[in-house]
Amino acid sequence: MRFLLRALLAVGLPVVLVAAWWFGSAGSQDFYWPSLSTIVDAFGRTWTGAMFTEQVFPSLWRLLVGYLLAVVVGVALGVLIGTFRSVRSLLEPVLEFLRAFPPPVLVPAAILLSGIGDRTKILVIVFGCVWPVLLNTIEGVRGRDEVLSDTCRTYRVTGLLRLRHLVLRAASPQIVTGARQALPLAIILMVISEMMAANEGLGFTVLQFQRGFQIPEMWSGVLLLGVIGIVLSLLFRVAERSLLGWYHGQRAGQREW
Amino acid sequence: MLEVRNLHKVYDGHGRRVTAVGDLTFTVPEGQFACVVGPSGCGKTTLLRVLAGLLPATSGEVSVRGTPVTAPPKDLAVVFQEYGRSLFPWLRVRANVELPLKAAGMGRAERRKLADEALAAVGLSDVDNAYPWQLSGGMQQRVAIARAIAYQPKVLLMDEPFAAVDAQTRADLEDLIRAVWQRLGVTLLFVTHDIDEAVYLGQRVIVLSASPTTVAEDLAIDLPATRDQLTTRSDARFTELRGQVYARIQKVKAPASEGAPA
Repeated sequence: MRFLLRALLAVGLPVVLVAAWWFGSAGSQDFYWPSLSTIVDAFGRTWTGAMFTEQVFPSLWRLLVGYLLAVVVGVALGVLIGTFRSVRSLLEPVLEFLRAFPPPVLVPAAILLSGIGDRTKILVIVFGCVWPVLLNTIEGVRGRDEVLSDTCRTYRVTGLLRLRHLVLRAASPQIVTGARQALPLAIILMVISEMMAANEGLGFTVLQFQRGFQIPEMWSGVLLLGVIGIVLSLLFRVAERSLLGWYHGQRAGQREW
Repeated sequence: MLEVRNLHKVYDGHGRRVTAVGDLTFTVPEGQFACVVGPSGCGKTTLLRVLAGLLPATSGEVSVRGTPVTAPPKDLAVVFQEYGRSLFPWLRVRANVELPLKAAGMGRAERRKLADEALAAVGLSDVDNAYPWQLSGGMQQRVAIARAIAYQPKVLLMDEPFAAVDAQTRADLEDLIRAVWQRLGVTLLFVTHDIDEAVYLGQRVIVLSASPTTVAEDLAIDLPATRDQLTTRSDARFTELRGQVYARIQKVKAPASEGAPA
């Protein structure tokens, strides 16, 4: 019963909004604001078959590679910086400088350097997404409980075992927070890089539709991007649950005491 | 064997020098159960951390089984007061117990056997698959003790391990630790602020003075080896020893400035 109520609350507002859009826009004659049923129609026609494999799939691929690379680089650098004070003093000014760049600004320069291929777009995604992961990882590594560190020292848990069972796990709640913040950034940067420099991809296709006055198709592309965002954040939540089960369990227990 | 010779520790930071340990000298022979008591803030924890190799001494010498301590010594295990923070919350009970053994390069089968034995010794065989935070405080401290047992140390240091558990659990854990000590034959240094606990547990009670810390009293506890919460604690000799330690601590708490009410 309570589960049902919660499910109802969760989907209630989206259902109402979609319904409002559907009926509010029904029979719309406005060229730029087609009815939702027209958009849904266009959606079915546009994004299946070859369009998916040729336009959507490459985008998703770049998104995935760029995002995962950003997480790996962010965590690796974060562990180094969080562990060694000297590395922190060495890198901090440079990182502060680099972080100040809005990542889209790099697109034109990156095109000059490495063309309009996958490499440029992945680079832009990595460059934008690495920051939240990096900063949160540093915080997580530095904020580790000292008693656990002492425990590792007295029991001579060192090297890779220590990295795996102490450093990374202790920082994992913060790492996950950073990775969650980076996810929408990755989608934004994927679209932007494709709008500025591409001959295929989702961002490119949406822009093409707009320029070709295929308005329902353009809207359906926007819709598709939203759906991708939701699906990815749901997948993220599943991954988080299995990764941080201990963390949520522990916190729930503490609240009970 | 534990040797502490002229140990002196000063914390130096932010322009403030705090002497945690003044001049401490004592020796705990192999296999002895020694309790360290003293007024709060007398540097008990500092002493233990120096012995464990977690903190360098300012001057003086500390050695464990003949080897000067410069890093955490081999064959030495520590049970910390903060059980909730010394267990890995992301590892299940068994993995917590096995991790130090894994670090020592021990094979899977042997690890399993030692962990099973250790968990059985503390009466936790049935929760090996739980996470630490799913257990009560007393059970968590039992897991920490099991981890120390499985590690097969020659020297065991305990830092007020029962300070945060309820009285009933505490009595159970005291008897457990006596049994463990008798079975393993380890040298055990047990730091506590509880006089009754020190007298009940140890073969010897070392009373520390208030800061700057020195040994104020070194008392042999000549109670029978088999101890029992009821009979031992109502023994006349227990009361007498307890009174001696108590009087000594009262004295060191108020140094120099006499005139306290009788």
